[in-house]
Amino acid sequence: MTTIGVVALQGAVSEHVAMLTGLGATVRQIRTPDGLDGLDGLVLPGGESTAMARAAAKVGLFEQVRERRESGLPIFGTCAGLILLAERVEDGEALAGFATVGGLDITARRNAFGGQLASFRAGLDVQGVEGPAFPAVFIRAPQVVAVEASVQVLARTSADGPIVAVRQGGLLATSFHPELTADDRLHRLFLSICRG
Amino acid sequence: MTDTLSPTTTIADDRTPEDRAIVNRGLAQMLKGGVIMDVVTPEQAKIAEEAGAVAVMALERVPADIRAQGGVARMSDPDLIEAIIETVSIPVMAKARIGHFVEAQVLQALKVDYIDESEVLSPADYVNHIDKTRFEVPFVCGATNLGEALRRITEGASMIRSKGEAGTGDVSEAMKHIRTITGEIRGLAAKSDDELYVAAKELQAPYELVRQIAREGKLPVVMFVAGGIATPADAAMMMQLGADGVFVGSGIFKSGDPVKRAAAIVRATTHFNDPEVIADASRGLGEAMVGINVADVPAPHRLAERGW
Repeated sequence: MTTIGVVALQGAVSEHVAMLTGLGATVRQIRTPDGLDGLDGLVLPGGESTAMARAAAKVGLFEQVRERRESGLPIFGTCAGLILLAERVEDGEALAGFATVGGLDITARRNAFGGQLASFRAGLDVQGVEGPAFPAVFIRAPQVVAVEASVQVLARTSADGPIVAVRQGGLLATSFHPELTADDRLHRLFLSICRG
Repeated sequence: MTDTLSPTTTIADDRTPEDRAIVNRGLAQMLKGGVIMDVVTPEQAKIAEEAGAVAVMALERVPADIRAQGGVARMSDPDLIEAIIETVSIPVMAKARIGHFVEAQVLQALKVDYIDESEVLSPADYVNHIDKTRFEVPFVCGATNLGEALRRITEGASMIRSKGEAGTGDVSEAMKHIRTITGEIRGLAAKSDDELYVAAKELQAPYELVRQIAREGKLPVVMFVAGGIATPADAAMMMQLGADGVFVGSGIFKSGDPVKRAAAIVRATTHFNDPEVIADASRGLGEAMVGINVADVPAPHRLAERGW
């Protein structure tokens, strides 16, 4: 049995929980460091990264998640989750002084496509995901503006478009929201990473 | 801050109505579990973001002041809205009058992230609400009962806000409205298929939408609670009653220590099921907003009764 935590400070928590439960995982919602023991993987959901970082700081959650990540816990971050996994965030003043999770050797840019009027859907070819294009939902989404050699680029919005999905070892991150679709292929990919 | 909301933001090309519905309802899903705060200056917006708000509502006067000062309340000055958009990286909402589709066009042109078609402002149309399907930008609308919520969703609202009684600091109307809406949803879920036709008639809402809610046991959009939330315990109670999040209007910046109270309400919303955390968040906050008992507000001045 695979046990996955979903960080439940704020955001699209129930959507990830439903998708993972549907794939047979046992899911635990994480609001404090107490729930982190015995997890096979952790999801950082979409939401507002500034709000999550502040809520996490109150209970020291991301410092603890960072330790688990360093000892090999697989983590899947979507949208805000990608920002929290990024080692560097451009124009990240609103996150300054708050612990994030880190670990992905990328530079992320928040709200990189623009405001809500620039939110969109697009079919993406995602490496490691078989079958038709992935129906990606981008909402005030971030972009990955730089990656180090250790990072595998899984998807761009177009051949020469910005990077919107990456993997580095057990860390998987997307600018878009697979949890808002009925397509569970990226969650399956993450569960296969967790099951090693 | 060119990467945040700036006037250079463009509308994504080629969005279909389905794309628009998914991304607009989706933004509200990203706000779940959070607090949206009314702000009247860029400085207050910064305080809200620092306190952990998931979005801010940019307006010229908080509801308590609109109530105290009277007169016609309208859309805010574009300069104020743009200054707030440039100050914070979280989503910025702004209010248009009920039925005032040109104020909504202006707010869309200003590239706000969400429009609140709000009873807190003076209604512009006592018959029709805005046809929200004509807009690219998402709308949140108030509701006091399920039928009202469903009519707003049919008109294109991407998010519902139970109304409460804004500017009072009295949580009793917020309580009444969320209990009414969640109770009516439970009632629908208990009906047999052949009873849903009459239910739709009584709710004055489309049958297909009524049937969908009966089957799923929930609204197809996110629902926050608003109107009278003034303390961490108020916010946590609304979350325990099934709210997806809370709007706090006058409750923060009309209190003695807005910085502390804002963070405390956020904390109680996150940990809404943990009374020890709520107790801790409730300590030493200074004066709450003074408030008015809803019972003392004469019926013509009750904002929740605006909207149809």
